[in-house]
Amino acid sequence: MPEKTEKKVVLINGQEIELNGEKNILEVAKKANIDIPTFCYHSDLSVYGACRMCLVEIEGRGIFPSCSTPPQPGMSIRTNSPRILKARKMVVEFLLANHNRDCTTCERNLSCRLQEIASRMGVEEIRFRERSEVLPKDSSSFSLVRDPNRCILCGDCVRTCQEIEGIGVYDFAHRGSHSMVEPAFGKKLTEVECLYCGQCSIRCPTAALVVKSEVEKTWEVVLDPDKFVVAQIAPAVRVAVGEAFGLPPGEITTGKIVSALKKIGFDRVYDTAFSADLTTVEEAEEFFKRLQKGERLPQFTSCCPSWVLFAERNYPFYLNNLSSARSPQQMFGSVIKNYITKFEKVPVDRTVSVSIMPCTAKKFEAHRPEFVSQNEPDVDIVLTAQETIKLIKSANIDFGQIEPQPFDVPLGMGTGAGVIFGVTGGVTEAVLRYAYERLTGEELSEVEFNSVRGFQGLREAEVDFAGKKVRVAIVHGMANAQALIRDIREGKRDYHFVEVMNCPGGCIGGGGMPLGLPDYPEVLRKRAEGLYNADRLSPVRKSQDNPAIKFIYQNWLGEANSELAEKHLHTSYYSRRRISNELIRIQEAKSTHKVDIAVCVGTSCYLKGSYNILQRLLELVREHELEDQVNIGATFCLEKCSQGPNIRINDQVITGVDEKKVQEIFEKMVLAQV
Amino acid sequence: MENSKQEQTLVRKFEKVNRILEKHSYNQSDLIGILQEIQEEYRYLPEEILTYVATALGVSPAYVYGVATFYAQFSLKPKGKRIIRVCDGTACHVRGSQTVLKAVREYLGLKPDEDTTPDLLFTVETVACIGACALAPAMMIDDQVFGQMDQEKVEQTLESIIQEEKGEEANVFSQ
Repeated sequence: MPEKTEKKVVLINGQEIELNGEKNILEVAKKANIDIPTFCYHSDLSVYGACRMCLVEIEGRGIFPSCSTPPQPGMSIRTNSPRILKARKMVVEFLLANHNRDCTTCERNLSCRLQEIASRMGVEEIRFRERSEVLPKDSSSFSLVRDPNRCILCGDCVRTCQEIEGIGVYDFAHRGSHSMVEPAFGKKLTEVECLYCGQCSIRCPTAALVVKSEVEKTWEVVLDPDKFVVAQIAPAVRVAVGEAFGLPPGEITTGKIVSALKKIGFDRVYDTAFSADLTTVEEAEEFFKRLQKGERLPQFTSCCPSWVLFAERNYPFYLNNLSSARSPQQMFGSVIKNYITKFEKVPVDRTVSVSIMPCTAKKFEAHRPEFVSQNEPDVDIVLTAQETIKLIKSANIDFGQIEPQPFDVPLGMGTGAGVIFGVTGGVTEAVLRYAYERLTGEELSEVEFNSVRGFQGLREAEVDFAGKKVRVAIVHGMANAQALIRDIREGKRDYHFVEVMNCPGGCIGGGGMPLGLPDYPEVLRKRAEGLYNADRLSPVRKSQDNPAIKFIYQNWLGEANSELAEKHLHTSYYSRRRISNELIRIQEAKSTHKVDIAVCVGTSCYLKGSYNILQRLLELVREHELEDQVNIGATFCLEKCSQGPNIRINDQVITGVDEKKVQEIFEKMVLAQV
Repeated sequence: MENSKQEQTLVRKFEKVNRILEKHSYNQSDLIGILQEIQEEYRYLPEEILTYVATALGVSPAYVYGVATFYAQFSLKPKGKRIIRVCDGTACHVRGSQTVLKAVREYLGLKPDEDTTPDLLFTVETVACIGACALAPAMMIDDQVFGQMDQEKVEQTLESIIQEEKGEEANVFSQ
């Protein structure tokens, strides 16, 4: 007689639920639509178990946190027993005791997870005194504001930055009642390795990490009759703004956003999908040329400002491989300031260019000194989707009822290829749609490249271009990117084209998007679906077929990668300092000091053996008895990482130093001066 | 003469940091031990050195900072050569440890927000109990216990240590 396989089940609140390999009770409950409140549990991060909100009562065992307790068959679990309700309420009370409670003036008022849960738990009184000490806010960056007074120590930002981005800007510091989450040495975000991606901020359950708002600044310019305000709307934003007005994630609200912006007072509203098409053409043409010559491959995409910043800090040897094409935001900024001003006959200094973006790092990108035309920034204001929602709300617009409007002409048209820039894999797909036709000379009939779609951290595909195999890779999340690049450098993997996006899911998961609670992965999936639907519904799905693109090349730029296009639509990159830090003083000359030597011990130079160079220099100084005339220190970066190891003698940086050359350099540059 | 002595200590210290890292095979899980040994060299944990350690171990500086600030044994501020620990356990407290602390701080001329003398000779701390309750109020200077302290005895003790330090310096010069 065949043995009857017994179903593995648990009872939650009396409801029988089958186990299907879930790692913890919280996931089991979620499957059955039983909501257990939590601050620190995210299905894509490691389990931390700190906030104690997700407590459940297991019959015969007691109270356990459901996020870190594995389900066992036969367990009887209660999520709402009197003991649990009391315990949860108490947890919230404790959290609030250490939290700035000025809700009405808080950036996250009505979008705060702590506020929501406190209200759900029915917390009406806090028996503990509020902390009187006020810690300083950090608003040093263009993108984010960190307010430690609102932090509840859930550690979501710590794990997000470490596990998804592979950086680890924050960690827990100090102890007991002095515990804090902060960057190393309590530094500001601009002084550490932050990429301004805002992933920490969309995970933050309170207003301890928020987007730096430019809503006020926007109101000022739109209400100023002298200003000609031009907006561009990024692809990803259109499938998320509706979420704040009761629409499901993924619902395309492009026309409504255009309409709302016009009501608010914007003079022109354009589609960033247009400049995404422009990016596609410029970047794919560049790719085509590199493929022909077989140089500077793999070509890395350069649309994501966090990725570009990360590459500038960590991969100086790949900066030549990055596409020189500017991101869609900056291309449109340049088009606005250099072209639209001409046919609209408005002077550049009266034109204000505002971009509506899913991204906090775009604020940083807009401030890069390279992106300036006639002394004015190409993009003056960057509003994230979150700020755009606030702008629309503060204008008292009924978003549900507003009649949609089309973008302005003649540059208002974006293709399906431009629209899918907002999702991971989209840039690659758009480039493939162009490159195929350019390489084979044939028309591409099947435009959907399903092999590059999806949410897997790394996706690879080999595309057959009339006998020529083109290998592409797509990564999202900087931790995945770091792993991929390690493999490429070690020769384990080899590609022609690599797309890198900092945020999981691509721009639809941007740090400036509405907070996708409670089921973030599901929200991302729906937003992606929304963009792919928009592509499918587009009358034109290849960037090169966009009539507005043809128009701008005919009337202004000439052809792809032309001199004019290079000037206005391309850029260059440079190595950047990873950490700001004092020199490590190793030898000090006090009385007759004449020469300063600094040896770089930053990661790149350190791995190339800069410590041995330092040792050799110290020996040379000793041999020549120059201890009292030469200062020697170790520094963290001299910003020429690709040519390292580097040393600096007085103000001169010398690159490519090795142990053999040290002697010669020492004789020429040090002995000559003493 | 004094300069070159200081220089050589700095060089020696940095070389030592590298030896410590090597000894622990750049092992991330040895971080606490590494920090302890570095602190023994520098008498505190300088920011630049912590960043260097993070670079060498391949962890984030924030992580190293977190560990360094968690344990009371680590100091991120320079500490004096001699550590004075004034006991403030129950017995000492009752028998006037506050007077002792005040006397120490006054004699060394420490400002209210200072624990270390500007010449980096002394650091003053209070501890909960040093187990010398019979000698209350007591204090320790490095590993030596001094019992039944009052203002006068504090002054005498510190004076003799300062003389001792001066002598040591003179010795170095005559070598």
